[in-house]
Amino acid sequence: MNASPPLLNVTDLQTHFFTAEGVVRAVDGVSFQLREGETLGLVGESGCGKTVTALSILRLIPDPPGKIVGGSIKLGGRELLELTEAQMRKIRGNEISIIFQEPMTSLNPVFTIGNQISEAIILHQGLSKKAAMEKSIDMLRLVAMANPERRVREYPHQLSGGMRQRAMIAMALSCNPKVLLADEPTTALDVTIQAQILDLMLKLKEELGAAIIMITHDLGVVAESAQQIAVMYAGRIVEQGSAKEIFGTPSHPYTQGLLASVPRLDRAHHQPGQRLPEIPGIVPSLYAVPEGCAFHPRCQYVMERCRHDDPSFYSVDSPAGGEEPSNGQHAARCFLLSDSP
Amino acid sequence: MNDAATPARPSSAGASAEESAPLLAVEELRKHFPLRGGIFSKTLGYVYAVDGVSFTVRRGETLGLVGESGCGKTTTGRVILRLIEPTGGRVLFEGTDVFGLGKKEMRALRRDMQIIFQDPYASLNPRMTVGSIVGEPLAIHRLAKGRAREERVAELLLKVGLRPEHMKRYPHEFSGGQRQRIGIARAVALHPKLIIGDEPVSALDVSIQAQVINLLAALQEEFGLSYLIIAHNLSVVRQMCDRIAVMYLGKIVELGSGENVAHDPKHPYTEALLSAVPIPDPTYKKKRLILSGDVPSPINPPSGCYFHPRCPHKRDDCAVEAPALRDLGNGHLVACHYPLNEPGGSTPKSELLA
Repeated sequence: MNASPPLLNVTDLQTHFFTAEGVVRAVDGVSFQLREGETLGLVGESGCGKTVTALSILRLIPDPPGKIVGGSIKLGGRELLELTEAQMRKIRGNEISIIFQEPMTSLNPVFTIGNQISEAIILHQGLSKKAAMEKSIDMLRLVAMANPERRVREYPHQLSGGMRQRAMIAMALSCNPKVLLADEPTTALDVTIQAQILDLMLKLKEELGAAIIMITHDLGVVAESAQQIAVMYAGRIVEQGSAKEIFGTPSHPYTQGLLASVPRLDRAHHQPGQRLPEIPGIVPSLYAVPEGCAFHPRCQYVMERCRHDDPSFYSVDSPAGGEEPSNGQHAARCFLLSDSP
Repeated sequence: MNDAATPARPSSAGASAEESAPLLAVEELRKHFPLRGGIFSKTLGYVYAVDGVSFTVRRGETLGLVGESGCGKTTTGRVILRLIEPTGGRVLFEGTDVFGLGKKEMRALRRDMQIIFQDPYASLNPRMTVGSIVGEPLAIHRLAKGRAREERVAELLLKVGLRPEHMKRYPHEFSGGQRQRIGIARAVALHPKLIIGDEPVSALDVSIQAQVINLLAALQEEFGLSYLIIAHNLSVVRQMCDRIAVMYLGKIVELGSGENVAHDPKHPYTEALLSAVPIPDPTYKKKRLILSGDVPSPINPPSGCYFHPRCPHKRDDCAVEAPALRDLGNGHLVACHYPLNEPGGSTPKSELLA
């Protein structure tokens, strides 16, 4: 599983926001690796730090109030956190690109679709305007947009939500990025259109070989698209592993609760009239993250030490280990997995 | 997996006397929005947002109205409450024609019909305290004042899982889930008979969504409420509803029990909707039916069956003749010339959920 060297290596990333009300540790020590051709699902609820993680990788954190205060982000062998802004611009949209949730607000309304796709192509690949426009049409064809020659001259408002998201994907893939960050790429779309876009992303990944970080709150979407999954809570990864492991043997109480609380079409035991299992309480405010394990106030298995000690990662399969598990291994930040709970 | 037979809810059992008189009957409801343009705002055409919709909500029942954006489900809910005036059709609430009522009578009726909105950030007045938001319906209908009102509000807040001391606070001090609870407390304040929930949980986080779904179920049991739940998420509707109506381009294309619609869909559109729902289980590989194209514009709907341009089962006459909604037996209604798994009908293209 760990044969190829990681393409993207994020280690102990710390992104904090310094606000008048205090310091928000939006990302508080996140580590993961992304391999070539792999899709990593970054799952969690609002405020868990999944989007800030993606923006940190692109170094798009608004400063002030935000700042990457620690850790390392390596693309290939290069440390992104040490690059100048000019060097970073050569990476954005070229080696790493991003698809946002809302295609209406992330496309510029006063430029045509073709203009916006060719901008990156001209900038990064040095093509002429005409050649870039040709390539834009090819890209639109690649994302299965009907009538690409016409669409390329249209403005965002003339396209439907699904078509706008296809245009965003075309733009993101136009320079053959090594890493594609997809931040809730299908959340704003209807289910039948979501199915089209997920299907498209899967096909393109196989064709182009880009690695994807799929950021979403939708457990169904990650189950269908990701091989590796990291579950985030209050700025940290609380559980990581392969999709099969996370869904098959969820080991952090938060992951277990999250999976159980989703209404499902395929589960007969969720008959109407039956109550859904729920996680009590609310996601903590990042201004006041609970001491110890951040999940302890909502955890049904809470123990005394969870209230003041911060659990590190424990391997799920060999609980005796206790030390930092190697990457890609199924592990969770929970004392229940330690040999001396 | 269908071993658990359709569970009889306590509320819907013993409803035999009410069977003939549903709480809410919607008949041939229409809402066409005029499209204006040009210098003199001439009417250029109509958006057929709701185009002949009929259904009933029985006492103690939860009916789900599902469909994708633009299918007319929200407009249907608003027209029933007369938040938007109808173009045609009738809405009977306990036998009374809602559209024939005057302003005063309408206000009285609103005691019995309430709404919960999708966005708990936009639907609560930021300048009002939680106490006055929840107490406002009691004030408007002159049901309680002073201490009595305060006590009633405190009781309501406890019912929805908040605390009485929250009364003095403002909406911005609460999380999304808590705000939705405030909206729910306000909706149940007058002991309504029917609550229309317009995407009541879709803006909430997964772990909070389950809490609110359970809260609505508990309130239904306690107060004998009936719900009309408008939502785009089929899994949520399946969890919450006894019966499900599927809308496409302003019309109901299928209506039946949750069990039937989710596991034995008869309309190809329902099949496609179900097939598109991502299942949170990576070992579950299903044969997917992916529809091509977008939902057509309700300004200029296709000929014949509105779904025919995207339908994988279409035959020649589908483009010509619009199918009527007909009963296939046991209250399972479908508007399709060639329903799935029926004699003379179509064979499903996807693997249906067992």
